Amino acid sequence: MKLRNLFLLLALPLSGTAFAATEIQWWHSMTGALGDRVNSMAERFNQSQSEFKVMPVFKGNYDESMAAMVAATRAGNAPDVIQIFEVGTATMMAASGDEGGKKKSVVKPVYEVMAMGGQKFDPKAYVPAVSSYYTDSKGRMLSLPFNSSTPVFYYSKDAFKKAGLDPNKPPLTWAEVAADAEKLKASGASCVFTTGWQSWVQLENASAWHDQPFATKSNGFGGLDTKLVFNGPFQVKHIGMLADWQKKGLFTYGGRKNEPEAMFFNGECAMLTSSSAAYGNIKKNAKFDFAVSPLPYHADVKGAPRNTIIGGASLWVMAGKTPEKYKGIARFFNFISQPELQAEWHQATGYLPITKAAYDLTKQQGYYEKNPGTDISVLQMTSKTPTDNSRGIRLGNFVQIRNIIDEELESVWSGKKTAKQALDEAVERGNEQLRKFEKANK
Amino acid sequence: MEKRARFRSLWLPYALVAPQILITLVFFIWPAVQALWQSLLIQDAFGSSVEFVGLANFADLFHDPYYLKSFRVTAVFSIAVAFFGISIALLLAVMADRVVKGSAFYKTMLIWPYAVAPAVAAVLWLFMFSPSIGIIAWSLKHWFGYDWNHLLRGDQALWLVIGAAVWKQISYNFLFFLAGLQAIPKSLIEAAAIDGAGPLRRFAGIILPLLSPTLFFLLVVNVVYAFFDTFAIIDASTQGGPAKATEILVFKVFNDGFRGLDLGGSAAQSVILMAIVIALTVIQFKFVEKKVHY
Repeated sequence: MKLRNLFLLLALPLSGTAFAATEIQWWHSMTGALGDRVNSMAERFNQSQSEFKVMPVFKGNYDESMAAMVAATRAGNAPDVIQIFEVGTATMMAASGDEGGKKKSVVKPVYEVMAMGGQKFDPKAYVPAVSSYYTDSKGRMLSLPFNSSTPVFYYSKDAFKKAGLDPNKPPLTWAEVAADAEKLKASGASCVFTTGWQSWVQLENASAWHDQPFATKSNGFGGLDTKLVFNGPFQVKHIGMLADWQKKGLFTYGGRKNEPEAMFFNGECAMLTSSSAAYGNIKKNAKFDFAVSPLPYHADVKGAPRNTIIGGASLWVMAGKTPEKYKGIARFFNFISQPELQAEWHQATGYLPITKAAYDLTKQQGYYEKNPGTDISVLQMTSKTPTDNSRGIRLGNFVQIRNIIDEELESVWSGKKTAKQALDEAVERGNEQLRKFEKANK
Repeated sequence: MEKRARFRSLWLPYALVAPQILITLVFFIWPAVQALWQSLLIQDAFGSSVEFVGLANFADLFHDPYYLKSFRVTAVFSIAVAFFGISIALLLAVMADRVVKGSAFYKTMLIWPYAVAPAVAAVLWLFMFSPSIGIIAWSLKHWFGYDWNHLLRGDQALWLVIGAAVWKQISYNFLFFLAGLQAIPKSLIEAAAIDGAGPLRRFAGIILPLLSPTLFFLLVVNVVYAFFDTFAIIDASTQGGPAKATEILVFKVFNDGFRGLDLGGSAAQSVILMAIVIALTVIQFKFVEKKVHY
């Protein structure tokens, strides 16, 4: 008996908190250095208290993780918390069950979780341009913003010097980009300008940046009966301009996702528009001097520039768990929203800080002065209040719609269609997807 | 005299085939029935709102001109993959069979690609042909003045995925052809040679007919391969693009179902795909097999 007591005594410090702690499964899609950050966040939370234990599990990329979650939910084994990318937002919101109340809800909205956990929760502390993306029509936060980014403009200072341009004067409007592009081309640049994430940057964000609607009903925030309208004169003109550049050799198409970023940092392309989260990778790989500047705009569009919108992912809590778990999740969410943690995450990854306090802290620490250009993404999103056209985009079957846009844009770049034809076609095909989603989720 | 073994027990034969039947039921019949049933439903991702819609999913598909285009792409892709995969492998097998010195080395090298996962094969080809950093794309441009950009040119993208799919499958085909060739008695070929038949005549008159069972088997296997196993190649290289130029049926099933979470539409596509493959297999066994000498 004594021996057993001694044994227990010995085992206690070793096992730490594992006995009593409630485990919280967290599925995520962060790889490499980002994955390490996620693990360290969970680790630090686990060490800060002994009641709960967050277990991060890497479940493949965003698509794979979401498909796995859908299958697990259908089988009754849903994880507790999952990271879902922004295009999956409408699917998750439709599964929140609070609109109409006919359906069984699959998701537990974050505002409810926080209330259950008895945690102090002020939705206003979050950067509105980020949190509004994940907020329902009644202003309630349904998921916790986690990693968000927005498109910015990158250019090679070395290439600018070679072309006789002022490397400290980035082009702010598309007309200036065109003028600089001509000079860069004349100086022998093999690729002048390219863009990552063409649909997100050149259509979704270009629309928000110029306060133009992408879809009706406030870009889908107002209901499932939204219709796409990105074939308006503004978008046709913008895509038409890029098509014209492509013919003149000023724009080079480099792929649908982040492949063009490699074309920039390997020195091939002189200018790039892509995610602000590409900063770290570009900094690591570029063997030349580069700088970041805001996404260019068309000076002749009234109200431009407005604000850009986010891409990235948020954390969703699944329904049907014990109150004990929700309490732990609420505490974890509060833990990772702390300014110190958020500031660290923002500085290390290039993702946006999700709270205003984290931004202020980063500023205080002098990070932006030491790394010029890293605050552009934040300013671009926060300097103006979002309108119905620039709050974000929330569409069902968005994965398919982005695919359709990619396909139609490719047929513009290859000269098979004009900008007008392609965008009309994309709107028509995309609307079919929206109607299908509406039918499946009514 | 009947030599067949007979079971006296009533239950033993059933017990012996039961595992196989069970596996078939669980892994083949049950999913197929599920797909059939789901193709008649429209539901949200989580299955919390399900509506029976009859054949509406199928009607949607056949109104979609891009779905019909996907049939054409699949036909071109499958025929090209089966044709090049089989003919190149046959050529290599005939050559490797004649090599005396270092034949083990050649054979090992030729079989090697089979160990490469389809997605990895696709990435290898993607790197070689990448318009900005690919060594082959670069060589084509600098030495031959040929502009390779499969990100925009649909025809080039299709050749790229065909190339990767064929390269991956050649090893498998090669293995079977080599085994088939080694089973042909040398005396037959020597006799023909003494009678004055040249290498081509010997190949057409003796080797090919004797290889016909292998050829037929590989035809069936390669068509199934091109239809089903190649989606990882497409997914890792072109994602069906540019502008749907490489979107084969099975990739669309995967993309709509797992990425897009449109389960009804995806199930309807897989039912159609199932019907096509059943039809193709029946045709192969009914008509092509008659020309095979066992």
